[in-house]
Amino acid sequence: MKSLRKLMDRIKPAFYGGKLSSFRSVYDGFDTFLFTPRDTAGARGVHVHDSMDSKRTMTIVILALMPCFIFGMYNTGYQHWLAAGETVFPFWDLLFYGFLCIIPMVITTYVVGLGIEFISAQLRHEEIQEGFLVTGIILPMILPVETPLWMVAVATAFAVIFAKEVFGGTGYNIVNVALAARAFLFFAYPAKMSGDEVFVASEPVFGFGPQIADGFTCATPLGQIASSASAHPVLTGIDGHAITAADAFWGFIPGSFGETSVACILIGAAILLFTRIASWRIMLSVAAGGLLMGWVANIFASPTYPGSFLDPVDQLMFGGFAFAAVFMATDPVTAARTNTGKYIYGFMIGVLAVLIRTYNTGYPEGAMLAVLLMNVFAPLIDWCVVQANIRRRMRRLVVAENSLDAKEDEIENLTTDKTDKK
Amino acid sequence: MSEKTNSRSVLFNPLSKDNPVIVQILGICSALAVTAKLEPAIVMGLSVIAVLAFSCVIVSLIRNTIPTSIRIIVQLVVVAGLVVIVNQLLLAYAYDVSKQLSVFIGLIITNCILMGRLEAFAMGNKPWPAFLDGVGNGLGYTIILVIVAFFRELLGSGTLLGYQVIPQWCYDHGYSNNGLMILPPMALIVVACVIWVHRSRNKELQED
Repeated sequence: MKSLRKLMDRIKPAFYGGKLSSFRSVYDGFDTFLFTPRDTAGARGVHVHDSMDSKRTMTIVILALMPCFIFGMYNTGYQHWLAAGETVFPFWDLLFYGFLCIIPMVITTYVVGLGIEFISAQLRHEEIQEGFLVTGIILPMILPVETPLWMVAVATAFAVIFAKEVFGGTGYNIVNVALAARAFLFFAYPAKMSGDEVFVASEPVFGFGPQIADGFTCATPLGQIASSASAHPVLTGIDGHAITAADAFWGFIPGSFGETSVACILIGAAILLFTRIASWRIMLSVAAGGLLMGWVANIFASPTYPGSFLDPVDQLMFGGFAFAAVFMATDPVTAARTNTGKYIYGFMIGVLAVLIRTYNTGYPEGAMLAVLLMNVFAPLIDWCVVQANIRRRMRRLVVAENSLDAKEDEIENLTTDKTDKK
Repeated sequence: MSEKTNSRSVLFNPLSKDNPVIVQILGICSALAVTAKLEPAIVMGLSVIAVLAFSCVIVSLIRNTIPTSIRIIVQLVVVAGLVVIVNQLLLAYAYDVSKQLSVFIGLIITNCILMGRLEAFAMGNKPWPAFLDGVGNGLGYTIILVIVAFFRELLGSGTLLGYQVIPQWCYDHGYSNNGLMILPPMALIVVACVIWVHRSRNKELQED
């Protein structure tokens, strides 16, 4: 650490007034990312002196994502080994295979996304914001593992420019950037983003991993439900065994890279809640909305919509629902800000996610669209909550004034009475 | 004032500085609807030029005899008549394209650019400047349609005017067409990009 600090100090003059002055924002960005800024507010006076700036917040979110990320690596390997028909699952090989699958995607998102952030910060003569740190790791986690890298790059560029930079950069984006990128891919390249071939890696990566026979297919549980004809479809894994709720909870199912394991998502949720970075109101209300809508759909279950036969609790287990509830809906920039608004916002996400995945068989998963839609509505919800609050307090004020007037009249009467008597 | 109108600026201003689509933000609906492919966009643009130019001339010729209270109805009748003629011509000579454009030729009647130009210019100017104004605004509209349709067809279908432009080699190596480009939201974003580029080149158009 000390040698790193020394290095940063040694190259500092070049950026402050030296040859590389125009890259000062890049230097500042790295410096404050690596070390807590020393020139924070003093320990006296009224300043908030907390080192919990947005860089630390982002670091903790990444930390909370790590269980899902590591499990995603393992599961990617596990599904690939399953598809290859292997019977032994060497732990480190599985993990290493998943690592090789995901690292190119992570590098792609960071290079493209941070590149655009750096350029726009330079153009605007602003400091580099750190919002992309989380986006860059979340995006590969919500994509199918087979997504081609150039598509990831195009989607990242599109989302960073059109969902974030044109609105003013980090903290001003109207929709979640990672979800905007995913929605872009979903609508632009539907063949690569859904169906029954993309969710499991089909090739050995860099020559590592077993070879798979041609023509294997594997739909995600929700994909199987959406395309099934029977009322109670039997969900099967790649090797044909039935998928149980426990499999879905622990995450040994095909799906987007980081979102399969509810258990790991819950660990992440615990970290976020313990450090008070994410709002428990949103998480709770998303789950409540999903359960309620799942329950309603279950009551009116019909064979036209196979998803409606799913148990409400299973609705929360499968697909991206849990991941969206914990990491997507709680994004502080795009969520509702008022506490009442958070309940409404989260509840609507839960309801819409289940509504879309149940009643629109074209979209097997609705969590992404639900969060994006409610992102757009969040400011409106806040506005209504604030207006309602203002109205309530106005009423209270009027009542107080009236009673005050009445009292004054009373006092006046009393005094006049007294003077009369005199 | 009508005598002083410079015919050059009347014709060329609407192309960039006073463009009906990207500066006045008129006629956006049809710009979204017909620009998925280049060919219908060009035909749509030509139709709008024809209807706009001739309706401007006709309205300008009768501008002094139209009673003010029913002028909108008179303008609509003129435009509607011309739209029917254009529609019939397309049905006769370019049936396929007219099928693709479907209802949007008919909807030229409600195009804001037409009503705007008729009210704002043709009603107060002589036929020749009114004709130039109609052609200029029609061209301004067409240019934007062609730019938007160029990018949407190239990236969305890999073709231009129906000819394969992106070589098969790219598809063999993992390239695929961007399906979002065909969908209307992307037309909006492409128009926004055109406006973005245009505003950054014309600083005087930037609002705060």
